[in-house]
Amino acid sequence: MSAPPLDRPTVADEQALQDLFDATIAADHRIEPRDWMPEGYRKTLVRQIAQHAHSEIIGMQPEGDWLLAAPSLRRKAILLAKVQDEAGHGMYLYSAAETLGADRADLTDKLIEGRQKYSSIFNYPTLTYADVGVIGWLVDGAAICNQVPLCRSSYGPYARAMIRICKEESFHQRQGYELLLTMMRGTPEQRAMVQDAVDRWWWPSLMMFGPPDDDSPNSAQSMAWGIKRHSNDELRQRYVDMSVPQAEVLGVTLPDPDLSYDAETGHYRFGAIDWDEFKRVISGNGPANAERIARRRAARDDNAWVTEAATAYATKHGRAAA
Amino acid sequence: MGHEETVYEALDHAHGGEGHWAFGTGFDDPLAGVDTTVPDGVDPADLGEYCLMLGDDALVLAQRLTQWITAAPELEEEVAIANVALDLLGQARLLLARAGSVGVLGRSREKATESIPDEDALAYFRDADEFRSTALVAAPNGDFAQTIVRLLVASTVRLAVFARLRESRDPVLAAIAAKGVNELTYHRDHAARWLLRLGDGTDESHRRAQAGADAIWRLLDDLFVPTDVERRLTEAGVAVDPAGTRDEVRSVLVQVLERATLRVPGWPAEAPPRGRLGQHGPELAELLGVLQGLARQHPAATW
Amino acid sequence: MTTTDVTAEGGHGAVPTGPEVPVEPKPALSRRDWPLYECFVRGKRGLNHVHVGSLHAPDDEMAVHAARDLFTRRNEGVSIWVVKAADITASSPDEKDPMFAPSGDKVYRHPTFYEIPENVPHM
Repeated sequence: MSAPPLDRPTVADEQALQDLFDATIAADHRIEPRDWMPEGYRKTLVRQIAQHAHSEIIGMQPEGDWLLAAPSLRRKAILLAKVQDEAGHGMYLYSAAETLGADRADLTDKLIEGRQKYSSIFNYPTLTYADVGVIGWLVDGAAICNQVPLCRSSYGPYARAMIRICKEESFHQRQGYELLLTMMRGTPEQRAMVQDAVDRWWWPSLMMFGPPDDDSPNSAQSMAWGIKRHSNDELRQRYVDMSVPQAEVLGVTLPDPDLSYDAETGHYRFGAIDWDEFKRVISGNGPANAERIARRRAARDDNAWVTEAATAYATKHGRAAA
Repeated sequence: MGHEETVYEALDHAHGGEGHWAFGTGFDDPLAGVDTTVPDGVDPADLGEYCLMLGDDALVLAQRLTQWITAAPELEEEVAIANVALDLLGQARLLLARAGSVGVLGRSREKATESIPDEDALAYFRDADEFRSTALVAAPNGDFAQTIVRLLVASTVRLAVFARLRESRDPVLAAIAAKGVNELTYHRDHAARWLLRLGDGTDESHRRAQAGADAIWRLLDDLFVPTDVERRLTEAGVAVDPAGTRDEVRSVLVQVLERATLRVPGWPAEAPPRGRLGQHGPELAELLGVLQGLARQHPAATW
Repeated sequence: MTTTDVTAEGGHGAVPTGPEVPVEPKPALSRRDWPLYECFVRGKRGLNHVHVGSLHAPDDEMAVHAARDLFTRRNEGVSIWVVKAADITASSPDEKDPMFAPSGDKVYRHPTFYEIPENVPHM
């Protein structure tokens, strides 16, 4: 959206533009791609949307590992549709980032080079088929808690992408929970698998909400811009309050001895989160980090000749890209 | 939390109050209302065997295509391949369920407990020698060019059969075919579009596409020779004689390859059916090992 | 946190989004990706085509099929238009592109396909 030099706003204009932007945010209206926006707003959004897109694409892998071995044809179809959805979600999000001047191939390069990150949750391996169910129930459940408020993001393309994604995530969470319910009605080994998976994924899913509020320096600005709607701790509490009764219906134990209902506040209290582990995993030391990135790199590099071939064909046949 | 009672309500707000969480469930069961009795004069064992041939081809090819997920060129192609695999998986489920419904379960029921539906007993608890798929679908993917050539050939062959099968005296097969024709047309066209671009793209893509065609063409040898089961069912007006589809298939493939500036490999000499009779190379056993491993570890489980 | 800011925003959870994370694309010359297409779907007869998002494709024909694969996974839409983003002439700001109308195909894609007991809260 760069304007020719002659049209570049003067200082006075810039103040007027800033005022218009502020008024749009204050009225809870959406900012659209061609609107003027502060550079910090744009950059923060690109970072946020890009890491979200990367998370969707990398998030295909932990469950994708079970696609070939899914234990029934129905489960295979469900899982394939889900993993395909995640590719679609990544694409919606890259599109939203591109409305801000980013470029998908470039964002992918930054992911592969480790300069942009994805959610640490996907650095944990999926050890049994119960993990597929638990990812749907807990990980997608946490994602929904994070994402639903983003349907009201002040940035229009992001908000619209999130609306569609949230609708589809609802299918993801339900298929996960239904798989777990079925497994809990199955053999003793199946029930043990479910409990084991819950034990491994519960704490990482709590970490998905990010560090405690007093340790999140940029949150205030993001709140003011309307691109963050609730604090990390608020969303985490909401998630725990939703998940505990669901665990009871399922018949599994959440691995937290400190978990208890506080009748006074109407919320569940929970134990302390191990933020050291979080930092380790987020800085690339998660069990599966190298493998996840290597597969993305291979998909890009091994197939580069395909992308080039289609471009060459388009050029030859006069359907070339601008 | 302010004005939002639950996180989901925010979605309703965001969607202008329409907030349809749940999409309509207006999913048409393609077999709903279809008469499932075996037509007069047809041996149910033959019918079931034929359903396995068509169902196994779809299942094995779906599994091969699924190997591309998280490894495909560009996200757009990832989504497209998943769509094709999902269609084929859907066809496999209907056909295996039909085989089971007429009592053709092979030795699968010796291993699968009662709680496992027929389609899964057949998919997960038959050994390779009981599979009726052809070598064409079992072959490893190779690179993207070879994958595309195989998809082009497999969907062209299957489309020719399904188009005729819509007239089958078995109403179930006719219904499955009617649904499948649209899907297979899309698969064939997707593969053809890609092959044009690979064949007439860069030097490298042309070379790879040609190598893919040369490798896949060899697998055409036993696709058009009917088994005894297919012969009997064709006479009964239930099945399609693959020999009758050969010229059409050949003409489609030659057209696509020529437009893709590829050399059409020599048509291989016809050989008697192998895969259709349960004779397979090691690649099918390997594929089934992955597909069936988990289900077989838990034969009493429900998923 | 120490050197970097971490945010939970962006769906799947906490990742670094501090200022050290680069956002600016490389110069156009080094880009190798396909052009961007904007996609429009007619959800059902009687409705306008509606902008649903964008994708990358090597040419128009591939774009319209990729749009079918991506945006009609649940059978939404009876007609699709695609146009290269670069070919769109836009008025000044104040854009309104109502995106992502809902829509329905493979039954397991729909949340209501999954039988969840009524006593499970928040599901």
